[in-house]
Amino acid sequence: MQLPVLNSESSGAAKSGCSSHSCGSTDDQLGHLPEHIRQKVHNHPCYSEQAHHYFARMHVAVAPACNIQCNYCNRKYDCANESRPGVVSEVLSPDQAVKKVMAVAATIPQMTVLGIAGPGDPLANPERTFDTFRQLSEKAPDIKLCVSTNGLTLPDCVEELAKHNIDHVTITINCVDPDVGAKIYPWIFWNNRRIRGREAAEILIAQQQKGLEMLAERGILVKVNSVMIPGVNDEHLAEVSRIVKAKGAFLHNVMPLIAEAEHGTYYGVMGQRGPTHEELQKLQDQCAGDMNMMRHCRQCRADAVGLLGEDRGQEFTLDKIEAMDIDYEAAMVKRAEVHAQIARELEIKQAAKDAKQQLVAIEGLKAKGPATRPVLMAVATKGGGVINEHFGHAGEFLVYEASSEGVRFIGHRKTTPYCEGGDTCGDGESALDQSLRVLQGCEVVLCSKIGYEPWGPLEAAGITPNGEHAMEAIEDAVAAVYEEMRSAGKLAESAAVQKAA
Amino acid sequence: MAFEIIESCVNCYACEPLCPNQAIYAASPHFLIAAEKCTECIGDYMDAQCASICPIEGAIIDEMGVALNAPGSLTGIPPELLAKIDQQGTAAVL
Repeated sequence: MQLPVLNSESSGAAKSGCSSHSCGSTDDQLGHLPEHIRQKVHNHPCYSEQAHHYFARMHVAVAPACNIQCNYCNRKYDCANESRPGVVSEVLSPDQAVKKVMAVAATIPQMTVLGIAGPGDPLANPERTFDTFRQLSEKAPDIKLCVSTNGLTLPDCVEELAKHNIDHVTITINCVDPDVGAKIYPWIFWNNRRIRGREAAEILIAQQQKGLEMLAERGILVKVNSVMIPGVNDEHLAEVSRIVKAKGAFLHNVMPLIAEAEHGTYYGVMGQRGPTHEELQKLQDQCAGDMNMMRHCRQCRADAVGLLGEDRGQEFTLDKIEAMDIDYEAAMVKRAEVHAQIARELEIKQAAKDAKQQLVAIEGLKAKGPATRPVLMAVATKGGGVINEHFGHAGEFLVYEASSEGVRFIGHRKTTPYCEGGDTCGDGESALDQSLRVLQGCEVVLCSKIGYEPWGPLEAAGITPNGEHAMEAIEDAVAAVYEEMRSAGKLAESAAVQKAA
Repeated sequence: MAFEIIESCVNCYACEPLCPNQAIYAASPHFLIAAEKCTECIGDYMDAQCASICPIEGAIIDEMGVALNAPGSLTGIPPELLAKIDQQGTAAVL
């Protein structure tokens, strides 16, 4: 029995050249989208799970001011060692930001997207934000521009956004019920006053919903981000998903709350916990019935640079870009070549996949074995959609679920690279312990190579290390390993039984 | 009669465009209020604008040195807990 890759698009949509098949849950729906929308997202790493293996993004931190307070945010945000939204190392002027974007675009040609995401709210800094967009749309027309916002002033900015050709907007919507909102937002600044409590949440929610509708009317793609806060809005987010979809949002990204005491946020200090991997996945699956879900978000910093999950910001500090001499005309030629090359690569992969899909369909008719239990597998990759990362170098693992239904992308889990471990963790937990913890629930970890040392502890934890599929496409390898497990009779028994054995 | 921005300011720019007198300006290490221009917004707004958007408790004070946003008033974190964290660090308190 060969496994199909779930979510692959049907044959009718396959020949667009946009190759929007996917290992994830979002891109299957891409297959059903009109061509003009697929063209907007096919190379946007934050909107397409597949694209995020190949294309990079960057944020420029030009927007320090904010007009609301969220309980998961601390405005004393200057930290080079943390990777989470709202954190930056240096705030840039629009001119500095433009220079940085062009330097990155020339150095990392697969960087297709520039977002303004903070560290405050971009639309609470309209002059700085729009000055940056205005300059970039003139000087670097081959870069997609996008913005994320809390939505409070969004309705007033929609015209301006449309004018600058910004066709991706992310709104963070954590609730549609002001009673829930009052537990997330202590205050907003509105009509020259600080407004608190339920009243504040009511205004914010109304503005977010109005802004969403206005953007949808203009055909601007909207992604909704929601922070999952156990006991506060976790049970409420399925309703949020339904409502934002009905109003025209294209993608919903439910992210886990990040709350550590040392971040100094209200939730962190007050001991509010974040969701477990299982809780997050369950909610994402629950929302998926109604909505395209994004599961590959890395909750990046407001000055992140590179592929999702990597940050090359240190290569582009102000003093370094000052020393770079950028010929953007030449860079654009090179960028176009690189983008075309990636598109060709994706087309070839898609064609191979389509051919295999047909074969599977035929074989599936011949021999449909008994249903087997699903298995989670972790993958170490540094991009390109293949298994190409050493276990000890992986700063994160992608998690896939294989079942008799096929292979699907579930999410990612961060860790400290085992080979760099030791004193970087700081909390007494070794890097290997941390990796074992984040891999909990996975039965296999696929990587290009793995050292002798972690092998034993992984096996003892019920996780089989596997380095036999180096450089293979992720879903193919996951499917192959699942098939091996099935042949070996490992899939009939329950996971609990297997672990106990 | 004037307010003052002190060292806990995080340079977020939020107050600067709101001032009806253009009394606030970027400076190093933090934003400042030109005392001769500040009217505490009297006659323009019900509430002082800088203090109504400032996210940092204690960063703006009046002539008596009293914080316009008292500890705990913006984040909701109990002031006793904040004071303890300031003194002993998060690790010791939580």
